[in-house]
Amino acid sequence: MTQLIERPFGLGDDAPDPQPPLLTPVPSTANSTMAQAINRALHDAMAADDRVLVFGEDVATLGGVFRVTEGLADTFGETRCFDTPLAESAIIGIAIGMAIRGFVPVPELQFDGFAAPAFDQLVSHLAKYRMRTRGDVDMPVTVRIPSFGGIGAVEHHSESTETYWLHTAGLKVVVPSTPADAYWLLRYAIADRDPVIFLEPKRRYWTREFVDTTTPAEPIGRAAIRRPGDDVTVITYGSLVATALNAAELSADAYGLEVIDLRSLNPLDFETIATSVRKTGRAVVMHEGPRTLGFGAELAARISEELFYDLEAPVLRATGFDTPYPPARLEKLWLPGVDRLLDCVEKAMSQP
Amino acid sequence: MAGIVAASPTSIDVEVEPIQLVAPAGSPTPEARYRRDLPPETLCWLYESMVVTRDLDTEFVNLQRQGELALFASCRGQEAAQVGAVACLRKTDWLFPQYRELGALLVRGIAPAHMGAVWRGRWHGGLEFTKKCCAPLAIPIGTHGLHAVGAAMAAQRLGEDSVTVAFMGDGATSEGDAHEALNLAAVFGAPCVFFVQNNQWAISVPVARQQAGPTLAHRAIGYGMPGIRVDGNDVLACYAVMAEAAARARAGGGPTLIEAVTYRMGPHTTSDDPTRYRADDEVEAWRARDPISRYRTYLQSTGVWTERLEERVAGRSARLRSELRDAVINTPDIDVAEMFDTVYHDITPDLARQRDQLAAELAKEA
Repeated sequence: MTQLIERPFGLGDDAPDPQPPLLTPVPSTANSTMAQAINRALHDAMAADDRVLVFGEDVATLGGVFRVTEGLADTFGETRCFDTPLAESAIIGIAIGMAIRGFVPVPELQFDGFAAPAFDQLVSHLAKYRMRTRGDVDMPVTVRIPSFGGIGAVEHHSESTETYWLHTAGLKVVVPSTPADAYWLLRYAIADRDPVIFLEPKRRYWTREFVDTTTPAEPIGRAAIRRPGDDVTVITYGSLVATALNAAELSADAYGLEVIDLRSLNPLDFETIATSVRKTGRAVVMHEGPRTLGFGAELAARISEELFYDLEAPVLRATGFDTPYPPARLEKLWLPGVDRLLDCVEKAMSQP
Repeated sequence: MAGIVAASPTSIDVEVEPIQLVAPAGSPTPEARYRRDLPPETLCWLYESMVVTRDLDTEFVNLQRQGELALFASCRGQEAAQVGAVACLRKTDWLFPQYRELGALLVRGIAPAHMGAVWRGRWHGGLEFTKKCCAPLAIPIGTHGLHAVGAAMAAQRLGEDSVTVAFMGDGATSEGDAHEALNLAAVFGAPCVFFVQNNQWAISVPVARQQAGPTLAHRAIGYGMPGIRVDGNDVLACYAVMAEAAARARAGGGPTLIEAVTYRMGPHTTSDDPTRYRADDEVEAWRARDPISRYRTYLQSTGVWTERLEERVAGRSARLRSELRDAVINTPDIDVAEMFDTVYHDITPDLARQRDQLAAELAKEA
């Protein structure tokens, strides 16, 4: 338990300038699942800064339905990690009030589909508070949402919500794809003075990786090239990064796929995309959510606007369909996988 | 370390009859549980604040009618509720207003011009409200109650003896967020007061369409917190019940739901026409319960009111009205770059490009 940091909070004219949340690397390296890496990030952020609070449904005593918040209430006490009533709008609403008073809330919305009841608070208030106060108030709120499909869940537990947040100015949107990235992106998100929607790909919660918690990774706003290649740029994020890497491996004899993991959808690292597409001349965007007005639409438009004369083929999209997320036994048919991606790759490569 | 949660009350009673310390005719009531004998300077300050609120309210309406403001939501008739509720608080107690709280904001010391920025369309939410421990205006009805609860939970964690006040209307109590706010505040024993101004109308819908229970205050029973009805046109009663609720919150006694029974004398906003949905005789009946003339009569009967007080109040009103006019009409628009620069702490690369795009458009025009 760290010592309390003495800090007067928002007392009218005498209030000091808001301090950014602390980002202190904590030495530890371990082979972790993504769920464990996120847990470690929450732990380290809470240890580094007493203003960090974790709350939501079932996060304290149970440790979260995915055990991502396990042990935090025991370690830091129930004033810093606590269960709320079952009320998603309230979970975000109180986070805003706490942030106004100088805290660094990390609320959890238990599943993607249950972000909907909190939509008003997220869009009308959390996103706009800094601007509405003309920059006077920091909103260092990280909203963790276990997200996306592929785990055979019941209805409302497999949604892609990212475009709602991406179409809302004032929010940042981050999606990790590996345990190490989940650790560092969450640390950066909590240290950010603006609200970050942190979408955790639950399909990858149990993937393992060596997580180096001493060497900071690239910050929010930088994409990563996960595999270099010369023929087609595959732009994706979250759970589909592994799918794209798998596709690249399987088709390595035929094509050189360059796989870009966006990591951060807003701010967007368009430079990395542009550099890659200038090299390959072809781009395929892959995401889970429905095709129409998905993030792929924005990326395709942007690439066409800015890189039209570098393109050898239209920008293609491997996505979910424009239906509600299907029942679990049909989800494998709905989700974009290796085949749907490689179909796009073939099509891009076969353009005259 | 134990979490911060409420102790469960065993029973809660809510009186239907509102607390009243001064009757509509200006005479003291038999109510003996609350104090009327505030220091004379406080009594005068309440009077001054109510009169100045009404005069500024009139000036805001005038400015709108003259085309200088896009819109205004008048608080005429609700001066006692707002002034009484805030006058008993400390300057460090956080306020979470809706958008009809001219009186509350004025007592808190927020400059009328900083409120006018909203109605002029200069900036959303008002200017520099948070420097006075007041949240920006909240237009999505009922949503800000949760912010107040969060701020109150923050105060618990800071070990403060502060109270956080959420201002709501009768219509707001029907919103889901109001329910969540009241419930969370009670569950966590948050030092928070929900001050509901029941002004009888949510635009055109009467309070009878907002709920089927006996009164709005009765909802407190279900949440497990004290619920109090007060005559919202009686400034001393509003002061007294808010002081009581605030003291309870400061002492760790948790939240309170106050229903101030009042009336919106004017339209919902300057864009509204209340003659389409309510009868003149209802408005006239409430005019007879006017909070300012009632209180003036009371002060006269107790010898606190003087001609000098009236002159001082008129002088301050005139000065503030003139300052408001001047500020509204003559303050230049805010630099459009701020539209981009205040979205994030550090502007994103894409937003910076869009800012540059607009600058280029403006340069071309120049």
